[in-house]
Amino acid sequence: MSAEVTARTRRRLSGLGRVEQRWGWFFALPAIAGFLIFTIGPMIASGVFSLTDWTIGLSPRFIGGRNYHTLIHDHLFWKSLTVTAYYTIGSVPLVLIVGFAIAMLLNQKIKGLSFWRTVYFLPTLVPAIASAVLWIWIFNPDFGLLNALLRGAGLPTSQWIYSERAAIPSLILMSTWGFGNAMVIFLAGLQGIPRQLLEAASIDGAGTWARFRSVTLPFMTPTIFYNLVTGVIATFQVFNQAYVMTQGGPNNATLFYIYYLYTKAFTQGQMGYAAALAWVLFVIVLIVTLLLFRNARSWVYYEMGDAR
Amino acid sequence: MSQETLPIGTQQRPSVTRSKDRRSRGRVAPTSGLRPRDRRPGRMLGRIVLWAVLIIGAAAMLIPFLWLVRSALMNDDQILIAPPQWWPNPFAWGNFSGALTAQPFALYFLNTITIEFVVITGTVLTCAVSAFSFSRLRWRGRNVVFGILLTSVMLPYAVTLIPTFIMWSELQALNTFIPLMVPAWFAGAGGGVFNIFLMRQFFLTIPFELDEAAYIDGASPWRVFWTIIMPLSKPVIVVVVIFTFIGVWNDFLGPLLYLSSDNKFTLALGLASFQGQYTAQWGYLMAASTVVILPIILLFFFLQRYFVEGVTLTGVKG
Repeated sequence: MSAEVTARTRRRLSGLGRVEQRWGWFFALPAIAGFLIFTIGPMIASGVFSLTDWTIGLSPRFIGGRNYHTLIHDHLFWKSLTVTAYYTIGSVPLVLIVGFAIAMLLNQKIKGLSFWRTVYFLPTLVPAIASAVLWIWIFNPDFGLLNALLRGAGLPTSQWIYSERAAIPSLILMSTWGFGNAMVIFLAGLQGIPRQLLEAASIDGAGTWARFRSVTLPFMTPTIFYNLVTGVIATFQVFNQAYVMTQGGPNNATLFYIYYLYTKAFTQGQMGYAAALAWVLFVIVLIVTLLLFRNARSWVYYEMGDAR
Repeated sequence: MSQETLPIGTQQRPSVTRSKDRRSRGRVAPTSGLRPRDRRPGRMLGRIVLWAVLIIGAAAMLIPFLWLVRSALMNDDQILIAPPQWWPNPFAWGNFSGALTAQPFALYFLNTITIEFVVITGTVLTCAVSAFSFSRLRWRGRNVVFGILLTSVMLPYAVTLIPTFIMWSELQALNTFIPLMVPAWFAGAGGGVFNIFLMRQFFLTIPFELDEAAYIDGASPWRVFWTIIMPLSKPVIVVVVIFTFIGVWNDFLGPLLYLSSDNKFTLALGLASFQGQYTAQWGYLMAASTVVILPIILLFFFLQRYFVEGVTLTGVKG
């Protein structure tokens, strides 16, 4: 309403229109230049690099699609893809479920709410490298926290990140510690649910489960979807844990995709091949995101005429 | 701005007293908007389960911190025994001085703060200017350009990593702070688009009449931006400052790629290299980790309101 009025007033001030046209571009310049220099330019460049056999220190030679051909037969490429997918499929649903459940609890009327919220949010504040160093120690098979607790309870211990089979589950466990971000977003979503609707449902005799199933859950689907997409994109790009905690080991059990790319580019200097890896990741993330969005139409509920 | 989402812990329910009256069920006054509290035994059980889950969950969250601090205060002969001790005896405060002098963590801190300062200034200024243009100036192609910029949020950083590295290497900027600082002055570049998005959302809530009046008085767009919009936008600026600060503090891959001599290291990179050298010195490692973690935790406790608001903003409007 008022926006339309201002729009009309603006058109009347036609001199101002020209001023805005000029200043508009000028003010947006940092963002546009940044996008060209640091996003589009490098993206195209890495596409071009991926068609060369460029090794650092040598001059690049155009080899067409040979890097991509090599890649298909590179078992480490497939290994890193499997490892990353395994981690994503393990970590994202777990973080979403735990985050949602705790958000539901913290949406109740309980004493000391801000204290509980702080406690659950605290781990997400720990810088990634500090978290990695701390968890190496927690996972320590001899004197670490986890095995100490297991031993205390008389349960069998584990080699955690030092065992090929337990390494990824260990890192998934570690990622669950940081569910606080998803939780806070869920909490905000839960508080956006119209109270009258829950009221009306209980008056109509709906029990806790029915209310959750037919009011809370549909209203939360956009928030769930947001956390799902950002979670998947983030887990596809895990690097720090592999670099600091496991160096991709044992026996490539934690050879995360970006870590593999990093070793190819910056340890072995195979820039062309690493650029091909980067482009493949880009395409994979794009496809997965598009699939998620397509799939979203069938289950994400958007209220019509959203005020914002 | 998001009044309804902010005071999560402070919401008062006014009708607690009336809810004791069972007969009022189903006739709740519309103003109260609340469900009367139920006192059936099933409810009681529910409360007990709720509290049990909350407490166990909270313990699981806090135990790693406890482990961190107790290890940071122990000597090797207290740490390397089984079953583990939970309370340091004596307190080995020497770990902190030992760790902090084994590598120049004070210098790393200074380096990090230098980068923080330049990056935060650049991010806030250039993102705000761009957000101002995308929300309050009308120009042809504005929404299309903004839409294109937004797509870069989804982009995996790996795609731009190698060419960007080569670019800085060609410009002789390796082993300087330049590659870590300069992108921030181009509206953050990459991840910075998100800040533009946040700020734009906020700017759109400020009444446009303010600009109109200023323009009629002959003000330039810059003047409107600097003297009207910016002073009114403190909440969103604080959120962007916090996010940027944490982003720089946590960044590891950037410093790892661009900084090679150890007098240029940031705290994150310094901690990782320390971990590589003092692999089994758990007391030292935990003390150093504590030092890296503590500033962020303190920041959180001072600016808690903005943190929650910030995370909320990102999720609800994303």
